[in-house]
Amino acid sequence: MDFELTNEQKDIKKAAREFAEGMFPEVAEECDLHETFPRTLWKKACDLGFVGVFIDEAYGGAGLGLLENVLIMEEFCRVDAGCAGVTLTTLGSEFILLYGREEQKKKYLPGLTKGETIMGMAITEPDAGSDVASITTTARRVKDHYVINGNKMFITNGSIADFIIVLCLTNENERVKSKRQSPILVETNRKGFEANQLKRKLGMRASDTSELHFSEVEVPLENLIGDVEGEGFYQLMAVFNRTRVTVAVINVGVAQGGLEKAISYAKQRKQFGIPIGSFQGIQFKLAEMASWIEAARTLCYKAAWMVDHGKIDPKLISMAKWFAGEVGVKVIDEVVQIHGGYGYLGEYGIERLYRDAKLAEIVEGTKEIEKLIIARELLGR
Amino acid sequence: MDFELSDEQRDIQRAAREFAEGEFPEMAREYDRKEEFPRELWKKACQLGFIGLFIKEEYGGQGLGILEHSMVMEEFWRVDPGCGNILLSIFGSEIVQLFGREEQKKKYLPPLPKGEAIMGTAITEPDAGSDITSIATRAKRDKDGYLVNGTKQFITNGSIADYLVVICVTNPEAESRLKRFSALIIETNRPGVEATKITGKLGIRASDTAELNFSDVRVPRENLIGTEEGQGFYQTMQLFNINRVIAASQGVGVAQGALDMAIKHVKQRKQFGQPLGAFQAIQFKIAEMATWVEAARALYYKAGWMIDNGKVDPKLISMAKWVAGEVGVKVANDALQLHGGYGYIADYDIERFYRDAKVVEIYEGTKEIEKNTIARELLGKL
Repeated sequence: MDFELTNEQKDIKKAAREFAEGMFPEVAEECDLHETFPRTLWKKACDLGFVGVFIDEAYGGAGLGLLENVLIMEEFCRVDAGCAGVTLTTLGSEFILLYGREEQKKKYLPGLTKGETIMGMAITEPDAGSDVASITTTARRVKDHYVINGNKMFITNGSIADFIIVLCLTNENERVKSKRQSPILVETNRKGFEANQLKRKLGMRASDTSELHFSEVEVPLENLIGDVEGEGFYQLMAVFNRTRVTVAVINVGVAQGGLEKAISYAKQRKQFGIPIGSFQGIQFKLAEMASWIEAARTLCYKAAWMVDHGKIDPKLISMAKWFAGEVGVKVIDEVVQIHGGYGYLGEYGIERLYRDAKLAEIVEGTKEIEKLIIARELLGR
Repeated sequence: MDFELSDEQRDIQRAAREFAEGEFPEMAREYDRKEEFPRELWKKACQLGFIGLFIKEEYGGQGLGILEHSMVMEEFWRVDPGCGNILLSIFGSEIVQLFGREEQKKKYLPPLPKGEAIMGTAITEPDAGSDITSIATRAKRDKDGYLVNGTKQFITNGSIADYLVVICVTNPEAESRLKRFSALIIETNRPGVEATKITGKLGIRASDTAELNFSDVRVPRENLIGTEEGQGFYQTMQLFNINRVIAASQGVGVAQGALDMAIKHVKQRKQFGQPLGAFQAIQFKIAEMATWVEAARALYYKAGWMIDNGKVDPKLISMAKWVAGEVGVKVANDALQLHGGYGYIADYDIERFYRDAKVVEIYEGTKEIEKNTIARELLGKL
């Protein structure tokens, strides 16, 4: 056992913290207000090597692990979760890394870390959320290409992405429902593709979310990720094992940032003649918040470390994701509470945390789905 | 980073589990009912090397860490917390090993792993619990040594121990309250030592708890831990740093044991034509319980590992202790709930676990004291 970060990991974490503290505050409020993706910030993050650190060096990444990506995400979210979305521009690259053919890796991965391209993955549909196997977007084989028709919903980076991995039905007649899907890479400049940014999200408004329409979109057969159709559902589960850890740590960062604001506020704010931090009622709240965060952080690091060491544990990953999600929501609720009226108002940036925190309980598998996974592992059939 | 146990740690864990599963179940209920320390079981555990893992080899121990000791504690508590507390027969050896003089270590440590002696630590008093600096037990210096008078309360192993580390006031005139105390070793066969076993405890009833009275007890000067008076408070804080991690492992153990029982029960018990475990509300509860246990375990592993690697972090230790205590109580409660009426009667072990779990939120620093410690580190002086 060894619970300490390596010096390299500490350096990465420190650099991420400095970058976020230096860059995010000036754009965070604006991006939240106008629901715009901070493109310049994303470019800078790419230039400094914070985007796609887990991508192999051969494809332009840093060749580091999921844990390092998690450390960056945590530090970014500690300052602003919406802006931290600049690292989510590689969402779906896990499909390519794990299952893509060599030429696909060479073609699609290097642009991501260079700040030349943004990608996404489109799974959810208006009527298929947690129940992934019920997606209805079809990819029909016609001669040397697929023809894609359908709608995708709540797609991160949907209207800013250059290409998107789209989970489609390719084998509708397959008896087993989970063997009917395949991931197909769709360039967003193809005819028949349309993206509408979804406005008025509760939080994470600097991160783009869109609805996608595919109307007779033609893509070459070579855009199938990998060589085999019908593996999409299983591939997606493996991708989730990675993306869920990154999403889990979002709320560790959000909660940590909130906690620090609450601590400094509790030391400054005076009521009844003394700082409110002198009251045991506040002290105990802060102690509990810090403990939950530490527990959530340890679970996230462990889950990431396990993935990096080839010991993928979906139960642990779901635990980390559910627990950290809940901790974030719970802690930020108390952060707002400690700030009182000031916490409820927009100008202090606390209410944004309250809105941002909720996402982790919904995205990348709702907390209910996480619990189902954990329970299935514990109870068996 | 490395989140995996070493092979040796795995072996220790497995051996502890096998021992507990083999020995505890047949006697747990009986010793809970009788409120008696399972002396034979303790002897066996000593013979098999489970007692005194963190005592250095030169003093008869295994020379391992607090983490390994805590892992054994977790495995023991998973099967039965009351029986599991046979591991506390070395309670206080931490102080002897950390601060004792060489001859004290040689004299008091080796009998513990051999199963020849039991010890304890007497800190709490009727009117001094969380507020340790209010301790009033007096050790007055005279030409031969100390004359000890006072009363200690809720002392683990109080009526079965051969010797105890007793925190006494030796320097009442010291300006700083924190420098008024010293740790003395007191053999329980000294005239004037009287132990009254406390019966009717809520849980961990196989673990001995007693009230101690010291009435003009003569203790030689050489029984002072270390060489200097006035260090007792600081030594006690170091002891707590270690024992709070161990207490955290107890919370994790009782929770894991309760969870195991709950899982078994919901797979067997049928209502409305299907196993309880087929209902999503039950599945979600089980998932939450398991997650809390995993989170609490990760914290005590980390806190224990930090101590063993010379990085003592009182904030992290208090976090581990508080979270594990809360998780123990919460998970035992949920597990009992899942057992329904069966959970409420003593034919099922979960009733006992529900009673046992509560102690982790009270001893070795109440959860309120843990939160005070964490908050002080977070807020600094206000």
